[in-house]
Amino acid sequence: MAISNPSPVVTPPAARRQLIRRHSATVRITHWLNVVCLSFLLLSGLQIFNAHPRLYWGQYGADADQAFIAISTKQSGNALQGFFQIGPLSIQTTGFLGVSDEGGSATARAFPAWLTIPSYHDLGAGRHWHFFFAWLLVLNGLIYLTYGVWRGHFRRDLLPSGGQLTPRHLWQEVLDHARLRFARGEAARRYNALQKLSYLVVVFGLLPLMVLTGLTMSPGLDTAFHFLPDLFGGRPSARTLHFISAFLLVLFVVVHVVMVIASGLWNNLRSMLSGRYAITDEGTAR
Amino acid sequence: MTPPSSRRRFLAGLASGAGAFALAGCDRLVQNADVDSVLRNTEKLTMRGQRALLPRQRLAREYAEADLSPDFRANGTQMPDSDEYAHLLEREFVDWRLQVDGLVQRPQSLSLAELKRFPSRTQITRHDCVEGWSAIGKWRGVPLAQVLDAAGLKPGARYVVLHCADELEKTLDGSGRYYESIDLLDAYHPQTILAYGMNGKDLPVPHGAPLRLRVERQLGYKHAKYLMRIEVVDAFGALFGGRGGYWEDRGYEWYAGI
Repeated sequence: MAISNPSPVVTPPAARRQLIRRHSATVRITHWLNVVCLSFLLLSGLQIFNAHPRLYWGQYGADADQAFIAISTKQSGNALQGFFQIGPLSIQTTGFLGVSDEGGSATARAFPAWLTIPSYHDLGAGRHWHFFFAWLLVLNGLIYLTYGVWRGHFRRDLLPSGGQLTPRHLWQEVLDHARLRFARGEAARRYNALQKLSYLVVVFGLLPLMVLTGLTMSPGLDTAFHFLPDLFGGRPSARTLHFISAFLLVLFVVVHVVMVIASGLWNNLRSMLSGRYAITDEGTAR
Repeated sequence: MTPPSSRRRFLAGLASGAGAFALAGCDRLVQNADVDSVLRNTEKLTMRGQRALLPRQRLAREYAEADLSPDFRANGTQMPDSDEYAHLLEREFVDWRLQVDGLVQRPQSLSLAELKRFPSRTQITRHDCVEGWSAIGKWRGVPLAQVLDAAGLKPGARYVVLHCADELEKTLDGSGRYYESIDLLDAYHPQTILAYGMNGKDLPVPHGAPLRLRVERQLGYKHAKYLMRIEVVDAFGALFGGRGGYWEDRGYEWYAGI
């Protein structure tokens, strides 16, 4: 049996480990479906991005127009060089962005083969995978949102309490996170404020933004809802935001996974698989 | 004990091995015909969803002159590579005729001058390429509905197939010739026009002279260029690759609303 958070407590008599029910079945299932959807969406999305690795701001944007973010390939003598450009800044990224190995030879491609589905260039296949998992993500998201409102999951688990939002408390949490010090005992029963806020930003900010900017790239839906492109300043702008929010989601996942590992990988994994989370009551008043 | 450098190398090797395995697995999945047919169902879902949300005659957004792209990117074929087209171009398309046949009461053979005698429509719209870029252009042409009405549809007509002059892929059997198809719902949409003018001038060669399709609620590859013939059919399964268009035969969706 694994015991998480072994701590050098000198007075163990009252230390008591108990399993609490942390995640409902709906949360667990939708969480793992999300993992699958977002993985396929990211990798097939990069395949689609590779077809035109330039991002613009405005109502139109093509090769002759100024790109806001771009990945490009230049021929330098016999060699290919890859560049990542954002605004006026351009850095060489040969080997990763712009030029990378495909089938044993340096190939001009924005994102490398190991980051795209399929690994070789096939926009049509990339789109099939992207739209399949986009539908699944939306259906999964609707189930999760309905459940969250209906069963009070958002109010109970994700809405920060008044006390959690004071600057003093938030600063303390930032320090605790930086030192990788995590809540124990009773305090571990609920999410901390930084956790709640980042989950809220993902659930009600980034994911809806992904879906809406994705839909804005559809000429069919832009016809049905003329306000869609206006919402984001044009279809090219929506495509840029789609890319940026995907990047922010990746950033979230990285931090999320690091925190999961740092705060007890097995305990966290079990709670998202079976629902049960172990807390150790150290017998200290909190 | 293993020194850390070789352990790191071992772990890196393990990780890249796992990565390569996952990659190969993904590629095998992509190439699996059963998986592909499951994924392709989403196209129907998307089409039904969009058609349910889209009132039949609802117009795509039209823009102002000030919104025009300064440089409208030409894509696909820039100049059809055939003697036939070269001759037509040389004589400024006076010998060019648009054939309208298939399931029609009165097959037509229309010159450019005759097409221009139909009431015209001018629209400034956004062209969205499947690759991700967008350009705004001004198009002038004859609504496809008028040409179809002049020919008169026969019962059973369901799709309009657009045959083009350009071969995007050089093949011996002609299977690389560009073609497209739309259904009657899109064919009769007010913004679906056969455009002979662009940005106030005659349609330039890179953009499909003398005539191209504009079907504004779908992606760029549906907007067939260098039109030669319009064929009204009940099904397109017997044509070329059977999926209703040049790019459709090469993996793109037939319904290109997204």
